[in-house]
Amino acid sequence: MKILVAVKQVPETSKVTLDEKTGTMIREGVTSIVNPLDLYAVEKALEVKETAGGEITVLSMGPPGAERAIRECLAMGCDTGVLISDRKYRGSDTWSTSYVISQAISKLGQFDLLLFGERATDGDTGQVGPGVASFLGLPVLTYVADLAIVGARVQARRLVETGYENYTAPMPVVATVVKEIAVPRLPTLRGKQSSRKAKITMWDNDRIGADGSRLGLDGSPTRVVRIIRPKVAREGTRVIVKNEQTALGAVDQIMEFLEKRGVVETE
Amino acid sequence: MMGGRTGEEIWTIAESTEHGINPISLEVIWRGLQLREKLSNARLITVVLGAGVGDDGLAMVASAGVDEVVCVEHEKLGHFLPENHAAVLVDLIERRRPAIVLAAATTYGRTLLPYAAAKLYAGLTADCTALDIDQETCNLLQIRPAIGGNILATIETPVARPQMATVRPHSSPTPDPVDRPHAVVNREVADERLLTSLVRFTGSENLPGDEVSLANADRIVAGGRGLKKPENFRLVGDLAELLGAAVGASREAVDRGWISYPHQVGLSGKTVAPELYVAVGISGTIQHLAGMQTAHSIVAINNDPDAQIFEVADLAIQGDLFTVVPLLCERLANRRGAGNE
Ligand SMILES: Cc1cc2nc3c(=O)[nH]c(=O)nc-3n(C[C@H](O)[C@H](O)[C@H](O)COP(=O)(O)OP(=O)(O)OC[C@H]3O[C@@H](n4cnc5c(N)ncnc54)[C@H](O)[C@@H]3O)c2cc1C
Ligand SMILES: Nc1ncnc2c1ncn2[C@@H]1O[C@H](COP(=O)(O)O)[C@@H](O)[C@H]1O
Repeated sequence: MKILVAVKQVPETSKVTLDEKTGTMIREGVTSIVNPLDLYAVEKALEVKETAGGEITVLSMGPPGAERAIRECLAMGCDTGVLISDRKYRGSDTWSTSYVISQAISKLGQFDLLLFGERATDGDTGQVGPGVASFLGLPVLTYVADLAIVGARVQARRLVETGYENYTAPMPVVATVVKEIAVPRLPTLRGKQSSRKAKITMWDNDRIGADGSRLGLDGSPTRVVRIIRPKVAREGTRVIVKNEQTALGAVDQIMEFLEKRGVVETE
Repeated sequence: MMGGRTGEEIWTIAESTEHGINPISLEVIWRGLQLREKLSNARLITVVLGAGVGDDGLAMVASAGVDEVVCVEHEKLGHFLPENHAAVLVDLIERRRPAIVLAAATTYGRTLLPYAAAKLYAGLTADCTALDIDQETCNLLQIRPAIGGNILATIETPVARPQMATVRPHSSPTPDPVDRPHAVVNREVADERLLTSLVRFTGSENLPGDEVSLANADRIVAGGRGLKKPENFRLVGDLAELLGAAVGASREAVDRGWISYPHQVGLSGKTVAPELYVAVGISGTIQHLAGMQTAHSIVAINNDPDAQIFEVADLAIQGDLFTVVPLLCERLANRRGAGNE
């Protein structure tokens, strides 16, 4: 079984600050991590390998520093790492990113199972997984909460608004996974040591051969025209509850609030 | 009214389910109506893909005020096989070349649109909370939160067409039905050659009937670690029941096994925008806020004066949830009892 996991390196969201003047993200001093939602995909890949055997390739597209994210996945037990990095890719939107990743995957060869996170916590789109599947002409199963290999097919349970939906698909297949699918393991000490020495394949666009007019800021169909910092703070009312008496007052206030908004009928 | 190329088409995708058209689809039509106002000569068209789509569903769509309803059917479109749905949509788009294509940011829309956009070299923006038209260029302005809600980005697709976007559920109202719908309803049968998916649907498990799904809920009561014990989480369920709300939870509550993952709200759970969100014993970390800060009204109950959840709350109840929630439930129950007399 040949498994591919796509992981993105993202800034730790809780620490992101904005330059109030330019509205751009201040990345300096912000630690980069493996997109937390991709760790579920990595863990699932490891579990599949443990039962069905095979080899896991971790692929990331990003700046040279994204190598660290790949090593972290190798430390968890993945076998090989590929970093696709080129200045031409800077500013790529999800269309261009999906296009480049799919081109790189084609060059890497055949995979049976291609796993993606549900979404990246920075861009927060969830579009790259289905996009890559589309470019590769493969079926996609999204929001997968459970997955098993049965013979030559994959059985998957999708988490949807109304509950779960079950599907089976022939391989090769792309799946994007949700948190419920697995509990990511921590890297072992041995894993960490060997991952430090592991050789990571570095590919630029000369190697990948993606159409130059479809890359980066200029080749992307979408463009960010403005960024603002939304006003989160609301002009809220504060009610302090100290004892039973003030609690009753608070309940009055909540009821009034709910009545005003039509949640409960006015008495 | 602003200009626009004559006869430009604005499309919205409606979701056909076994229970009829998903009501969320009407919110997307509302967005389409707003855009049609701003683009003179534009026509609003709703596209439905499915099998055995009922007439009532299409009539409901028509009465929302659209100009045309296109319903493409085939038994192989009955379940959501993204390859089949996308192939039909791409074919339709290539034939009619709409300027704008919108869908709800549901598990359906967020799968179908990126799969289709890749084939079309179309710009696609995820999970928009607002849409507008640029006065000069007539381009669609797609506005969405990003980076865990830390920023609000406006995105444009200057050249590529169509301009595609998914719209966050509950970020828009539904249109009032029009008196005399004028929409032309066109039914067609999908070209079998497009339907090549080898994926098979093998069944579904719906949420228990009494459990309201988070994604479709107008009201949500969510609980966090402040509830302290699994058995206390019942308080959240009780309050939700009395308010006709769905039950949500912070990651702490989910990770402790007090409630299952489909109830988790936040960065690694669901993004919701209900009319009312009541946070009980939730601190309001950035990861939780990312999933709920666009709720229309927020009530927070927390005993920590500095809890971050209070920064986004319209009504901040600073106190012990074990005192406040039972009293509130009692009041609501009495009110309900009185109403039934
Ligand atoms: C990558 C990543 C993704 C994440 N994704 C999510 C996500 O999707 N959703 C999510 O929720 N979190 C997420 N988290 C976790 C998040 O950072 C917090 O750990 C979590 O939201 C905290 O949950 P909580 O508010 O229930 O718990 P706590 O932070 O422990 O807060 C409990 C609150 O209860 C209050 N309280 C205690 N006792 C009482 C009482 N008697 N009466 C009233 N109030 C009381 C306390 O004052 C406190 O504010 C994520 C974290 C990471 C790193
Ligand atoms: N630059 C990237 N490199 C590798 N994988 C990526 C990259 N961007 C996105 N992905 C994958 O696509 C998923 C969805 O990302 P997004 O569409 O950006 O929200 C992520 O969880 C990753 O698995």
